[in-house]
Amino acid sequence: MEEIRYVAASGALGVGVDAEALNKSLDMRPHFIASDAGTTDAGPFALGSGTAAFPREAVKRDLTRVLVASRRANIPALIGSAGTAGGDPHVEWVLDIAREIAEENDLSIRTAVIRSEQNPDYLRELYRQGRVRALDPAPEIDEAVFARSERIVGMMGVEPLQAALEAGADFVLAGRCSDPALFAALPILRGLPPGLAWHAGKVTECGTMACEGGHGGVITATVREHEVILRPVGHGLRCTPQSIAAHSFYENAHPYLHKECSGTLDLTHSKYVAADDTSVRVTGSEFIPAKEYTVKLEGAELVGYQSIMIGGIRDPFILRRLDQWMGEVQAYIYAAVERVLALRPCDWTLTVHVYGRNAVMGALEPNPSEMPHEVGIVVEATAVTQELATKAAQLSRQPFLHHGAPEWTSGTTSFACLHNPAHINRGAVYRFNLNHVAVPHTKTEMFKTEFVQLGESRR
Amino acid sequence: MKLAQLAGLIRSKNAGPFILTFDIMFPDDDSYLRAKKSGALSIARFAELFRCEEKHVAFFECDNARAFKFSIPRPIVQGNLGDGDMHGGQQFIPLMDIEIP
Repeated sequence: MEEIRYVAASGALGVGVDAEALNKSLDMRPHFIASDAGTTDAGPFALGSGTAAFPREAVKRDLTRVLVASRRANIPALIGSAGTAGGDPHVEWVLDIAREIAEENDLSIRTAVIRSEQNPDYLRELYRQGRVRALDPAPEIDEAVFARSERIVGMMGVEPLQAALEAGADFVLAGRCSDPALFAALPILRGLPPGLAWHAGKVTECGTMACEGGHGGVITATVREHEVILRPVGHGLRCTPQSIAAHSFYENAHPYLHKECSGTLDLTHSKYVAADDTSVRVTGSEFIPAKEYTVKLEGAELVGYQSIMIGGIRDPFILRRLDQWMGEVQAYIYAAVERVLALRPCDWTLTVHVYGRNAVMGALEPNPSEMPHEVGIVVEATAVTQELATKAAQLSRQPFLHHGAPEWTSGTTSFACLHNPAHINRGAVYRFNLNHVAVPHTKTEMFKTEFVQLGESRR
Repeated sequence: MKLAQLAGLIRSKNAGPFILTFDIMFPDDDSYLRAKKSGALSIARFAELFRCEEKHVAFFECDNARAFKFSIPRPIVQGNLGDGDMHGGQQFIPLMDIEIP
């Protein structure tokens, strides 16, 4: 095997697949098509709730384009981090969409479904054996965290994907998956250098975000013994040495070292040169195998239920002493909630975001004392049930409305509510509770693969 | 000259839910080397601007990408109560006004 060529169809399944560019990219006779479908970037809700961040229609449209192209070219398709978070309900959701696509388009798809959701008892056992380790920084945990979590997934590396490809899968539908692993699996399986294979995956996992100019399109990679060629397909798009170098450290704490299950991708000595007007040649990327195989864990647990209220303040007499005013209002609210609902201040949380001042940067805001002529305020009431959260939000309205400024001789209405009712119920709220790795006994025990026939079998 | 005038791109982003990372990129070698040689970008300067401890700031000068990178632990974990920037994308502003001689 001299080289492996592939197409990264989209930066995120559901955001859009450029059908024309994808079809054109088949001219390079790729060995596979892949697309990442998940991220933690939107927050902990997808993982906690078991739902996806994109509408079903958007995922179906994109997945149809990927599956139709992959069947036409008779090459495998890989989707990683199914349904945003890659838990079991997310995988089931995408599998159901894929089944519908196969039937509607008369496709026969032998599908490998790789699940990555973890059993809390299994993780607790690993934890007791000292096989769950904190990354830096990590929340403090004890063994109760596993049972308390709504859902925990393990981030798979190339190994389960490779096993599925070796077993002849037309379509690999993976739960939570290292983004680059999706693209590195086949090149490494075919004996190409892991450093270049992982690096190509790292650059292509966000689709054409690694390119300059234009929009839409797809990005392709050709992984060879001593180089990777990255080339976009789509109007106006080009890879440049700087765009690829810059994207190589996008969304990573360290610019050169990227930890994976089986080792570390090291870009310290990577070289980027233009191969032609639109493509870039990468050389020198290395992969340092780890002594120990580790699997990153992602967990989400329920914080509570939330109700919010949105409004604003324009009165300069209030604005010039806003901190004090807000402190007084919050004290009234806590007292009212305790009196009426018997909820002590430690039983629920009142959070206030002051837009126009420091709502966006919080503690990092360099100018927290600068006061604009108007502020926007979002009040969040979070409690153990939606009913209590709603009632706490309802009890928050009057104190905001009627706490005036001493400069006025009589009461004013101090808070401009945006809505009626003033509160909006937000439902369940989750938080990320793990930044840890598990050290499994074997590379395969955390991931379960099942083969499913989608559409009618033609074998 | 202010960094925002010299750089082609200044951005912040989550690097997972627990870390914020900041990238500063330049359109050409001259501007990158001018910023690099000035010494205006440093762990001490960043810690001062973002009110954090120097020991929590990681700083990298990436010649091959004509870029600087800073990373810090998130003051509030992504999505926790109180977090006002889910994607971490609007945290770079204090870097814009750094004076580059």
